[in-house]
Amino acid sequence: MFNEIGPVDGVGIEERVAKYTTRSIKKNAKLFGLKLATSMVDLTTLEGKDTPGKVASLCQKALSPHDDPSIPTVAAVCVYPSMVRHARRALGSATPVRIASVATAFPSGQAPLRTRLAEVRAAVGDGADEIDMVINRGAFLAGEFQLVQDEIVAVRETCGPATLKVILEVSELETYDNIRAASFLAMRVLRPNDFIKTSTGKTSLNATLGNNQVMIEAIRDFYLNTGTAIAMKPAGGIRTAKQALQFLVAVKETLGDDWLTNTRYRFGASSLLNDLLRQIEKERTGAYQAPYYFSEAAESY
Amino acid sequence: MPTLTEKKSIRPASRAQGRPAPELIFGDLWEYDPAPETADPKLKARYDLFIDGRFVAPKSGQYFDSINPANETRLAKIAQANAADVDAAYRAAQNAYTKVWGKLPGRERAKYIYRIARLLQDRAREFAVAETLDGGKPIKESRDFDVPMAAAHFFYHAGWADKLDYVAPGRRVAPLGVVGQVIPWNFPLLMLAWKLAPALALGNCVVIKPAETTSITALKLAEIFQDAGLPPGVVNIVTGFGDTGAAVMGHPIAAKVAFTGSTEVGKIIMRSLAGTDKKMTMELGGKAANIVFADAPIDQAVEGIVNGIFFNQGHVCCAGSRLLVQESVAAEVLAKLKNRIKVLRVGDPLDKNTDIGAINSAEQLATIKRLVAAGVKEGATLYQPPGVLPAKGYYFRPTVFSNVSMSHRIAREEIFGPVLSVLTFRTVDEAVEKANNTAYGLSAGVWTDKGSRILKMSTELKAGVVWANTYNKFDPTSPFGGYKESGFGREGGRQGLLDYCQLA
Repeated sequence: MFNEIGPVDGVGIEERVAKYTTRSIKKNAKLFGLKLATSMVDLTTLEGKDTPGKVASLCQKALSPHDDPSIPTVAAVCVYPSMVRHARRALGSATPVRIASVATAFPSGQAPLRTRLAEVRAAVGDGADEIDMVINRGAFLAGEFQLVQDEIVAVRETCGPATLKVILEVSELETYDNIRAASFLAMRVLRPNDFIKTSTGKTSLNATLGNNQVMIEAIRDFYLNTGTAIAMKPAGGIRTAKQALQFLVAVKETLGDDWLTNTRYRFGASSLLNDLLRQIEKERTGAYQAPYYFSEAAESY
Repeated sequence: MPTLTEKKSIRPASRAQGRPAPELIFGDLWEYDPAPETADPKLKARYDLFIDGRFVAPKSGQYFDSINPANETRLAKIAQANAADVDAAYRAAQNAYTKVWGKLPGRERAKYIYRIARLLQDRAREFAVAETLDGGKPIKESRDFDVPMAAAHFFYHAGWADKLDYVAPGRRVAPLGVVGQVIPWNFPLLMLAWKLAPALALGNCVVIKPAETTSITALKLAEIFQDAGLPPGVVNIVTGFGDTGAAVMGHPIAAKVAFTGSTEVGKIIMRSLAGTDKKMTMELGGKAANIVFADAPIDQAVEGIVNGIFFNQGHVCCAGSRLLVQESVAAEVLAKLKNRIKVLRVGDPLDKNTDIGAINSAEQLATIKRLVAAGVKEGATLYQPPGVLPAKGYYFRPTVFSNVSMSHRIAREEIFGPVLSVLTFRTVDEAVEKANNTAYGLSAGVWTDKGSRILKMSTELKAGVVWANTYNKFDPTSPFGGYKESGFGREGGRQGLLDYCQLA
């Protein structure tokens, strides 16, 4: 497996992504990028203290991020399975915003397979359009690749029509070689436009440009080889509009225009949205707004 | 089901039915807006010679134009020095050497060199813009590489100036006297720093001639010498063409000459100096092999290939202009390389998003075009990515030649432009044989996941520097120089210092 997909040189990857951060995105290009990023946000709340009320206000924010009508809705809200029905009630059935639910004993995945599948079934039954699953990192690190892949297939089958996002939890895989291998492992059993995703957001290191680059290069190689287009979702740690633009530059220069859409690329984030809005407003008016217009904390959505 | 352990090719129905193979679209969905660097380069309309600490008009009264290769407009008029001017420069240097600089203790010299480095850092943006205007290189390279590296060389050698007892343990070092130096147009400021810093650290005085197309940053650095209070005559800058360079190289006062440039001119200089007792160092051309083995991290190798040949429009003596790739991965590497160069941005060097700027001069552009035409004529397969070049100025698309064989001119001659020749090999021995089968030997690159192979290649490749899983990495502490017709002598590090002193 590792021989077949080839190694990744960590120093080289980091040099490559450093070049993305030197791209200077100005004026119309910046505005386009900011709005594109807004349309790609999976607005997320994954906390023990989530309540139906919190989820309802998150859904409202997702539907109308700002009073400027030219700003698109976000791609999806992302919640725990128990909150899916509250999200569905808040959003209604005819809505452009999709409901994503983490499932499969998120974030650790340390539960029996049938428990994890039951969770997926419940989330889909409550109205989730997308399922974010975690892979079995323990099995991966123990070398039981077949088991990891079989579990992904089992979840995929349980999802039915729902889009599947496979969380690799890159910080627990640790090496770029492992991240590339895990990407291929998942992609080989995914359907077109299913996602691979960096992280749960629950560990210390989440989405970085380096991890993102390894995964989108895997997506590119897989696509050119098989014709199957897999989508990508970096999650966790992307808090500023500037970071989001750097990730989009990486997509533009690695995967090309076909991935610059929210069916192929998403940001799993919560506080990112308000920074995007703040920057859009700054581009429109030429001045930064007072800080209380755009809260730093996702709690106040 | 496809698994990790058994390789299974997944051929989708679309491929079986003869539909086109999947392709990536690098289109205009999200175009970057122009992002020009706006710092003022503070250029003068006319630059005189810098002799004995002052700017003086040339004795002939003649000036020539310095052209911005990005739009063919005149940037400034540059003084043209003749033999009499060069003689005045050498006398000033000799005077400074015997009366001041040669007698100063190293720790005092260090203070001046540190000051030069700091002043250069202070004015980094201004120098970066001037360098880009004058030479055509992208602003991101002059900003992130040329100017910081030039400052780093001054810092590094300033550090040596009071530690010269440790250059050659057990022996004492003494300066040579006055040295004459001629530098090329590809890294005008950086080559200046490479030449000046070690010479000054050891107590030598200098007469230096920048290339005629890129004299401006050298003369701007002269302003810094004035600001730093460098004693008059320690560094003298004479500008002009080949005849000026010949006068600098051949002057009887010069105890040593140092030249960086083409092998052709280097040979002329060496012939003209035969029979004199001048010391010499030459840093000449190259035709480096960048060797990619099948087990290499391919995407990073592709990045290194791009960095190796398209850095500074390929105007790099150590450019990885011959790509040797193992046959089993040749198609994959070539396909990835083509996709990669589709997103290289060719255009206005002052735009911060430009990856490939302007070719340095009309003459160089003509040379590149001539050699590329020769490549096509000899049967190599040419690939250039689509895209629009600016209407005015000297530009050339990144170019990849595949199906090249060792006998092709494009595999033997230094093109000094953004042109890559791709050759294949089957075994390690064949790679070494092909890599060494050249008159040059300045640099080489090796890409493999196998550490033992890197060590083996580094001893068998006849090249002054061998990069492993990277390319074009420079550091003031690391000696740089060539084998065979790529020259002799080293620049940088302790070895570089030895070329600017006599041992006692």
